[in-house]
Amino acid sequence: MALAPLACLPFARLARLASLCIALLCAATSAQAETRDIIARLANAKFPVVKQVIEDLAAAGDPTVAPFLRKLRAGKVYWRKSDRAVFIAEREKRDYALFDPITGAKVDQVGRRAAKKVRVNNAIRSAIDAALAGLTLSSPKVETRLAAAKQLFADRDASALPALTAALAREKDPTVKTAFEDARAAILATSTAATPSERVKAIARLGERGGSDSLNALSAVDAKAPADVLAAKESAIAEIKRSLAVWGAAENIWQGVSLGSVLLLAAIGLAITFGVMGVINMAHGELVMLGAYTTFAVQEVIRVSAPALFDVSLLIAAPLAFLVAGGVGVAIERGVCRFLYGRPLETLLATWGVSLILQQLVRSIFGPNNREVGNPSWMSGAFELGEMTITYNRLWILIFALAVFALLLGLMKRTPLGLQMRAVTQNRAMAADMGVRTGWVDAMTFGLGAGVAGLAGVALSQIDNVSPNLGQSYIVDSFMVVVFGGAGNLWGALAGAFTLGVANKFLEPYAGAVLGKILVLVFIILFIQKRPRGLFAIRGRAVES
Amino acid sequence: MILRALDTRSAIFLGVLFILAVAVPFLNQAMTPGSAAHLPSFAVSLLGKYLCYALLAVALDLVWGYCGILSLGHGAFFALGGYAMGMHLMREIGDRGVYANPLLPDFMVFLNWKELPWFWHGFDMFWFAMIMVFLAPGALAFLFGWFAFRSRVTGVYLSIITQALTYALMLAFFRNEMGFGGNNGLTDFKDVLGFDLQSDATRCGLFVATVAALAFGFVLCRIITTSKAGKVLVAVRDAESRTRFLGYRVEGFKLFVFVVSAMLAGLAGALYTPQVGIINPSEFSPANSIEIVIWVALGGRGSLVGAAIGAVLVSLAKTLLTGWFPELWLFALGGLFVLATLFLPRGVLGAVEGIKLRRSRPAREPAPQPAE
Amino acid sequence: MSELRTTEALLYLDGLEKSFDGFKAINGLSFSMKAGELRAVIGPNGAGKTTMMDMITGKTRPDKGDALWDGRIDLTTQDEADTARLGIGRKFQKPTVFETHTVEDNLLMALKDERSVLATLFSRTSDAQRERIGELLALVRLEDRRGDLAANLSHGQKQWLEIGMLLAQDPQLLLVDEPAAGMTDEETMRTAELLKGIAGKHAVVVVEHDMAFVKALGCRVTVLHQGTVIAEGSIDHVSANERVIEVYLGR
Repeated sequence: MALAPLACLPFARLARLASLCIALLCAATSAQAETRDIIARLANAKFPVVKQVIEDLAAAGDPTVAPFLRKLRAGKVYWRKSDRAVFIAEREKRDYALFDPITGAKVDQVGRRAAKKVRVNNAIRSAIDAALAGLTLSSPKVETRLAAAKQLFADRDASALPALTAALAREKDPTVKTAFEDARAAILATSTAATPSERVKAIARLGERGGSDSLNALSAVDAKAPADVLAAKESAIAEIKRSLAVWGAAENIWQGVSLGSVLLLAAIGLAITFGVMGVINMAHGELVMLGAYTTFAVQEVIRVSAPALFDVSLLIAAPLAFLVAGGVGVAIERGVCRFLYGRPLETLLATWGVSLILQQLVRSIFGPNNREVGNPSWMSGAFELGEMTITYNRLWILIFALAVFALLLGLMKRTPLGLQMRAVTQNRAMAADMGVRTGWVDAMTFGLGAGVAGLAGVALSQIDNVSPNLGQSYIVDSFMVVVFGGAGNLWGALAGAFTLGVANKFLEPYAGAVLGKILVLVFIILFIQKRPRGLFAIRGRAVES
Repeated sequence: MILRALDTRSAIFLGVLFILAVAVPFLNQAMTPGSAAHLPSFAVSLLGKYLCYALLAVALDLVWGYCGILSLGHGAFFALGGYAMGMHLMREIGDRGVYANPLLPDFMVFLNWKELPWFWHGFDMFWFAMIMVFLAPGALAFLFGWFAFRSRVTGVYLSIITQALTYALMLAFFRNEMGFGGNNGLTDFKDVLGFDLQSDATRCGLFVATVAALAFGFVLCRIITTSKAGKVLVAVRDAESRTRFLGYRVEGFKLFVFVVSAMLAGLAGALYTPQVGIINPSEFSPANSIEIVIWVALGGRGSLVGAAIGAVLVSLAKTLLTGWFPELWLFALGGLFVLATLFLPRGVLGAVEGIKLRRSRPAREPAPQPAE
Repeated sequence: MSELRTTEALLYLDGLEKSFDGFKAINGLSFSMKAGELRAVIGPNGAGKTTMMDMITGKTRPDKGDALWDGRIDLTTQDEADTARLGIGRKFQKPTVFETHTVEDNLLMALKDERSVLATLFSRTSDAQRERIGELLALVRLEDRRGDLAANLSHGQKQWLEIGMLLAQDPQLLLVDEPAAGMTDEETMRTAELLKGIAGKHAVVVVEHDMAFVKALGCRVTVLHQGTVIAEGSIDHVSANERVIEVYLGR
C-alpha cells in the first residue's frame, strides 16, 4: 500500500524526468569543478590575486557563482586554516558556521581562530560589481539576461545602472533589450539621482508597460520628488490600474469559460438523456468517473508495456472511455430505465441506486484513494497572454468541450440516428408508428449520453482528482446547467454552462468561492421560478400540458 | 376527527409505539446490566435514532406519498431542526467547555470571536430553541415552497432544485464564518434541561420523547391525510390540473403540507441531535436526503406506517451491514433503490396489500401514476 | 371601458390573439355567450378550440384582446382556480378523474363548498352533501359504483363521472371538450340529452367533432378556423356557408 502512490506515477514521465535530471547534473558538475578550482585560489590571497580570481570567475561565466561574489563583497568569505578550503561564513555565537561557496549548504562549524577572512578593498568591490553585472546581464544565455533584467526591475538597485546601461548598448536581442530598458526605467524612476525629466520619461515608460510589478516600482517613487514627477507617477498608476482591471476581468472571463467548459462536458450528456428521453440519470456523474478511471487504466497499461506512447495516452483513452461509459449506459437503460418510462421520479431513484453501486464497485477495484492521472507533455505548462497565465490543459479542455459539442450537434442534426432521436423526443407514439424502433433509439441515446460522460471523464482526469467520488462533485452542478439551460437543448446546455461558469468566477472575488457557489445556486432556484423550463425551453401548448 | 383518522393499522402502529415506550426504558433501567434481558444504553440511543428517522420518513411521505412532491432536500429541514437543538445544547454547556467561556461556545473562542453572533441569542432558553426547531425549517420550506409552487415547478425539476437547496446549505454550513461550527458542527454536549446526556435515564427519557414525537407526527399526518384536504392532496398528486379546474388553489395545499412536513422533519432532527451527540453539515448532504426517499419508497409511499417501517428497516440494515461488511453496504443500498423502484412500486406494505387484494378480488387497479 | 358592450353577455371575448413560437393559435377571436345558452363550437384540428378554452379558464394568457366574465371581471387576470370559483367548469378532452379516489369522493371534492386549506382540513361531509351526491350519481347513472375507485370505471363512465363533477361545481358556464369521444352511439345520444337538459340552468359550450352529436344538440353553432370565427348560426346555416365547406372539404 505504501508503494501505491509511486506505482501510480506514470512510468514514462518518471523516465523523462530522470534523464533530464542526469543531463543537468553532468553539465553542472563539470562547470562547478572549474569554478571551485578558481575559488580555491582565494585562500590567503593578496589583493591582486583576489582581483584576478574575480576576473577569472567572470570569464568562466557560471551564473551560479553570483551569490558567492555578493558574499565576497560583503566580507563574508573565509578560508579554513587547516586545509585552506574557502567558505562563506556566518558568525554563530563565538564560532563561524561555514557554508559551501556554490551550493550554500552548511558544511562545518569552526572556532573563531580556525578561519580567516578573505579581505576586500574598494577596487575589489568594484571589480565584483562589474563581474556580477557581466555574469548576469551579459550572460550568453537569453534566459539568464532576461532573469537578470527582471531581478533588476524588482530590486531597482541604482548601483547596477552603469552595468545595465553598458549591457543595453551591447544587447542585440529585442526582447532582452526591452527588458533592459524597462529595468533601466524602473531604476531611473525611483532614483533620486536622476534628473526630473529623465524620471518623468521613465515613469511614462512604466505606465505604458503596465503590470503589477510596474505598479510596485511606481509606488516606490518617493513622495518628496518634484511635482511633475509625482504627477507623472499618479497618471501612470491610474493607467496601470485601469489596464489591470481590464486584465482582471479578462482573467475572470477566462477562468469562467474554463469552468464552463468543464461544466459543459459534464452536463452535455445529461442534456441528451434528459432532453430526448426525459430520463433523469443520477448515475451520470459515475459515468464521468468511469471515463476518468478508464484513462487511469490506459495510462497504467502504457506505463508498463509501452512508455513511448504516453503522450498519446489520452487519444487512446478517449474512445475507450466512450465505449466503457457508453456500454454501461446502455446496460443501465436496458436493465433499469426501460421499465420505468413515464415515471421520471422512479427513474431518478433507480439510477441513483445504480450510481451507488458503480461508486462502490470502483472503490472495491481501484481502492478509495485518489489516483493520479498524468498530463501528456502537450497538456503541461502554460503560456502568458498579457497579464494572464493560460495553462495548456485548461485550453485543451475548452477546445475538447467545444469539439464534443460540435460533434454532438452534427450528430443530432445530420445523421439518421439524430433524426430518429429528435423524432422520438417530439412524439414518441408517432415515431413508433412511423417505424422508428423507439427502444433501440432509447438505448442508443442513453448510450450516447453516457459515452459523452465518459469523454468528460477523460478531460476531468487532467484537472481533478480521480477518486470514486469524482462524479458526486459534478452531479449537482451539471443538473443546474441542464435545468438552467433548458432540458433537451444542446445550445441551452452550452449557454447554461458558460453562463454559470463565468457567473461563478465573477462572484468569487467578492463573495469567496463557496459563497459564490451558493449565490449561483440561489440564483438558479429563483430563475426557475421565472422560467420553469429553463433558458432555452421549447415553448408551446404541447409542452404546457 | 382523531377517531376518523385512526384505522386498524394505525392503532396497531400506535400500540407498538406504546409498547416500545414502556419496554425499552424498562429493559434498560430495571434489568441488571450484563443479564440477557438488559438493553444496553447504546441500543436505546440507536433505537431512538431509528425512530427519529421514522418520523423523518413519515414527514417525507406526507409530501411525496400523498402530494407527489418528491423532495430531495428533506435532510435540510431535519438538519435545521437538529442545529436549532444543537445550538441550545451548546449554550447549555456554559462555562464547562474546554475554554471555559461562559458565553461563547468553544469553537467561537477557538476562532477568536469576541461576541456571540446575533442569531445565537435566545438559544440559551429551551422554549426559544423549541420554537426555532419548528420555525427555522418551516420558514425555509415556506419561502422555498412559496416561490416553487407558485411558479408551478413540478416533477423532476422540483426534485432537482430541492437537491440544490440542501447542497447550497451544506456548502454554507461548512463555512466557519457562518457561525455554526463549520466542518465539525456542534458537539460535546453536556446536558439537556439539566439532565446529563451521558446518563442512562436521560437516554431513556429522550427515547420516550422520540416515541411521543413519532406518535404525534403520525397522528397529525393521519388527520391531514384522512381529511378532505388529504383527498385534495391525493387529487393534486394524481391530476394536478383537474384539481385546479375544480377551484382548488393547488399551490396553497402544496405549501401547507410542505411546511408541515418540514416542521416534522425539524422535530425529528431536534431529537436526533442529543441522542447522537453531534450535528454537522454532512446532514445536509444530498446523499442523505435521497436515502430518506428510499426508506419511504421501500416501506411504501402513501402509507405512513410503511414509511416508518421502511426507515427503521433500512437504518437497521445499514447499521448491521456497515458493521459486518462495510464494502457491501453501498451495493445493498444501491440494489435496494433499483429493486424497490422496479419491483415494489408501492413498497413492502403496498406489495403485501396487493397480494391480499389479488386474493380477494380478481381485477385490481394499476399502481397509481406519480404526478408529473 | 366595455360597460355598454357586455351588459347581456355572460362570457364576452373580443379580439383575442395568442401565438406560440410565432404560430398564431388564436387570431382576432371574438365570441360571446348569454347565460343559460347552449353552444357548439366546431372546427378542424388546430382551429384553436382548446386554446380558446385555455384562455377562458385562465390556463393561457392571451397576448392581446379582452375576455370579460359577466361584463365585470377581466378573465385574463385570473388563474384556473379563480375561474373555477367564478363559476366556469371545464371538462377535458381526455377524461380526467381522480383515479385513486372513489366515485363518491370525486364528486365530494367537486361539490360547491369552501375550497381553502383550512376549510377542507376541518370539513365534515353533511347529509345535504351526501344527498346531493346521490342525485348527481343518479343523473350520470353511476349509483351502483358509488364506493368504487374511479380507476375501475370504463372510459365512458369516466366521461360521465367528469360531467357529474362539473355539475357538482354548479357552474354558470360549462366548457365541455369532446364529450362523445370514445363513446358508443347510444352513450353519445344520452350525453347529448344530458347536456340539453343542463342548458338553461347553466350555459354550456360544447367542443365537438362528431356532427351527428352536434345535430343532436340542436343549438347555435360557432365555426372556428385558424384561430378566428368564420361562421355562426344554426347547424343548417353554417353547413351552407361556403367558407365552412371550403375549410372542411379542402380547396
